[in-house]
Order: sequence, then structure tokens, then C-alpha cells
Amino acid sequence: MPPPSTTSLVELRNLTFGYGERVILNDISLSIPRGKVTALLGVSGGGKTTILRLIGGQNRAQSGQLLFDGQDVTPMDQPQIYAARRRMGMLFQFGALFADLNVFENVAFPLREHTDLPEVLIRDIVLMKLNAVGLRGARDLMPSEVSGGMARRIALARAIALDPELVMYDEPFSGLDPISLGTAANLIRHLNDSLGLTSLFVSHELEQTFAIADHVIILANGKVAVQGTPDEVRQSTDPLVYQYVHALPDGPVRFDYPGVTVEQDFGAALASTPLKTGASS
Amino acid sequence: MSWYKPADVGFATRSWLANLGYGARLFLRLLATFGSSLRRFGLVRDQIHFLGNYSLLIIAVSGLFVGFVFGLQGYYTLLRFGSTEALGQLVTFTLVRELGPVVTALLFAGRAGTSLTAEIGLMKAGEQISVMEMMAVDPIQRILAPRFWGGVIAMPLLAAVFSAMGVIGGWVVGVLMIGIDSGAFWSQIQGSVDVWRDVGNGIIKSIVFGFTVTFIALLQGYQAQPTPEGVSSATTRTVVVASLAVLGLDFILTAMMFTK
Repeated sequence: MPPPSTTSLVELRNLTFGYGERVILNDISLSIPRGKVTALLGVSGGGKTTILRLIGGQNRAQSGQLLFDGQDVTPMDQPQIYAARRRMGMLFQFGALFADLNVFENVAFPLREHTDLPEVLIRDIVLMKLNAVGLRGARDLMPSEVSGGMARRIALARAIALDPELVMYDEPFSGLDPISLGTAANLIRHLNDSLGLTSLFVSHELEQTFAIADHVIILANGKVAVQGTPDEVRQSTDPLVYQYVHALPDGPVRFDYPGVTVEQDFGAALASTPLKTGASS
Repeated sequence: MSWYKPADVGFATRSWLANLGYGARLFLRLLATFGSSLRRFGLVRDQIHFLGNYSLLIIAVSGLFVGFVFGLQGYYTLLRFGSTEALGQLVTFTLVRELGPVVTALLFAGRAGTSLTAEIGLMKAGEQISVMEMMAVDPIQRILAPRFWGGVIAMPLLAAVFSAMGVIGGWVVGVLMIGIDSGAFWSQIQGSVDVWRDVGNGIIKSIVFGFTVTFIALLQGYQAQPTPEGVSSATTRTVVVASLAVLGLDFILTAMMFTK
């Protein structure tokens, strides 16, 4: 067993995970470098979010190891996993703000739960965190009154309230307009560098991802298809990575959902007629 | 007729047992939060306010009208036996021993239980439970426990309000409208209702129902599928399961308390 790496904060070693019969991650090994921004890409349903949940200990691997700062998360009991989670922040896809608390109280929530800080100090920390995401002025709004992009920034302020070492973002860019998207991407990069974090984000948005990531991992079929710097990934000759990076409709990932042949469904006479425009089959 | 297959019967039995075990474990974990909920009583107090105060109107109005009806029905039944002055006794016994705790629990399941189930189901659907777990905050401690103890405390208070309003309703109809002697009405109650045997057992009933209804509502919410259909069916199950549980338990409790 090699000793835990000091250059990576999170390491997956020969990890296998599945729901029932369906294997999501198959004997996968990868590492998240310390202090860097790492992007996790791959087709939908390919296990990207599952990796975030595994790191947070919300799902447990069936076999293999998941080291967080050298400690295996998989066999941890609840107090141990809670201790590990206090060193992580996670941003959920839609923010998951507490609907009954206003913006200020949402960001204050982890501070109130985990510390006995006096109210004046909590106020200062909360306003500093909100200031870091540009929403100091929105402190009195309720979650129902903010837009999707703002909700995610507030959730980000909440995720970094306790100064975690690792911040994980689950699809931080989905459903954002171009302005919010650029803001979100810059925030990930800026917060990582200014607070000395390690960042890991799951994304489908290639342009911004390649612009801000130091390290890119592309998953396919439960394995790592390619990993490296954005340039290395772009130049990969792997057909699947090529299809993904160039957003081609058909390739190793099929346009057609597997099923009976066109002949069986429509008869031989119609089979020669093109039925769709998306791709050739 | 797939359920004839032994494997399916086995599967159904095992999932039923697993659900039962899950429910029992959650109940024990909630009971174990008693100390920590006392230490953060502010959270429990907010829930007593939310569950109790917002159910107060429906409980008070229902109690009053149940009292009206009992005043009328009781008077005409007692009239046949020439003992209409026993009306106060009849109304009070019925309310304090049975209808107060039972009807309050049924109304509480419909008014507060459903809102608990829906609230927790929607928190689950909005990933608020997951996000709390990721913050290393136990949702059972932070979300379920204050609501559980809030419901357990609110129920006997509401049942007391219901019974009191019911007695007042009986008095309004019997004394003010029909014209029974007010002194007879109250002295009959004073002379026959025992604080421990009648009022005390009624309070014990309503505490038991408080545990039952609140726990069922929380369990259904916590186990709900995080989808609109899942939350709506969980809300329906809360009313059905809690009502049946209350009625069944009431029979057992009555048999234990009021038979000699």
C-alpha cells in the first residue's frame, strides 16, 4: 500500500461503487491535487456527482479506498465522518438554501451550529463571506426572493463560512445566464487562490471549465478516460474524449438509445428512409 | 397474480420488517434527543408556537361546536330519564376522557401533522437535508427533534383547550339556551369528575397521541420520495396512518384506564 500522497488532498484508489446491480464507478483511481482547481467532466449519469457524495461520505464505496487528507473515508462512523465534513464545504446544484431562514441566517447557520462565537463576531464573519461573493447587500432577503445565480453564491458563502480546506461544487454553472456563468467561474478561481482552498467542481460547460481549471478529469464508463491540464485534455486522441471535447452528437457515445433495429420497428421498406436528422446510424 | 410467488411474499415481508425496524430506530433516536432538545429549548419553543398556536383556532372552534352538539343531544337523551341536571357531568366525562384527546389528535394530524410531513418532504426534495448532513449537522437533531418535542408538548395543551371549550359549549346550550340550572350544571361536574381518574387519564391519552401523531408525521416526511408525488402521498399517509393509530390506541388506552 503506497503511503498517502502529500500533494493530493483527495485520492480514490481502485474504488468501485454501484446502486444495486448498476455499477457507476468501476475500479477507479484518481487524485485531486491540493491547492488546485480540479474539474470533473463526463456524460450525464457517469458518476461525477457520485464522486462528490463519496468524498462527503454520503455514499460509501463497495470496495477500494477513498482517502481524504490521508484518511480513508469509507469505514468511518458518524462522528468521524462529521469531523471530516467540517473540513469540507459543498455547494449543491441549486444551492439548497434553507427556505425558512433569510440570507444572513443561512450563512450564519454553520457558525451557529458548530461554534459558540458571540453575535458580533458571527455578524462580521457572515458579512465578510457575503462580501466575498458580492452579496453583502442581500443579507435581509429570503431565499424565495433571490435568483438562481444569487442562490448559488449565497450557498457558496455558506459553504465557506467555516473556512474549509476542500470546496466541492455540484454543477455550479447549470442554468445560469452568461453573466452569472462568468461570475460563478471567476468566483471559483478567485476564492480558491485567495483563501488557499482546494476546489473540485462537476461541470458540463467546457469553455469556462477549461478557462479556470488547473486539472481536468474526464470520466467515461465508470473509469477515468483522461486527466491532465486543460491543454493535455484538449489534445487527447482518445475517441471518446475527442467526441466530448468537440461536442459531437455521435461517436463512442451513441446518439441512438439501444433497442430493436429500425427494420423491426418500421419494416424493411421504410428502413432505408432517413427518419431523423440528429446523426447517422 | 405475482404476489403468490413465495419470493415476492418474502420480499414484501422483509421490506415491511425493514420499515418497521427503521421506524423503531428513528423513534428511539428521537427519544434520545430529549436532553439535547432541552439544552436548545428555543428551537422547541418555536415549534410549540408554530404547531400549537396555528392549530389553536381550529381546535377551539371545533371544541365549542362539539360542546354545542353534546349539549343538545345530551339534554334530549337525559330528558327521557328525567335527569337533565346531569348534563354537565355527561358533557365533561365525554370530552375529558374521550373526545378531547381523540378529536384533538385527529385535528392535529390534519392541521399540524400534514404541514410537518410536507415541510420535511420538501426540505428533502430541495436537498436541504443533504446540505445539512454535508455541514456535519445531524438533521435528526436539528430538524426532527425540535418538531417532535414541540408536537408532544403542544398536543396535551390543545386537548385541554378543546375540552374546556367543549364544556363551555355544553354550558351555553344547556344553561343559556335550554335553561338548566347553572348551579346544578357545575356542581354535577364538581361532584363527579375526578382529577386523576378522569382529567389525568385524559392528559395521559393526549400525551400518547402527541408522540404518535408527531412521530408518524415526521417519519412519513423523512421517508418521503423527494418528488412532488412522493411528498403528496406522504402527506396523505400521515393523515390516514395517524388517524387509524389514534383510534386504535384510544381503544386500548380506554380499556386499560376505565375498566375495572
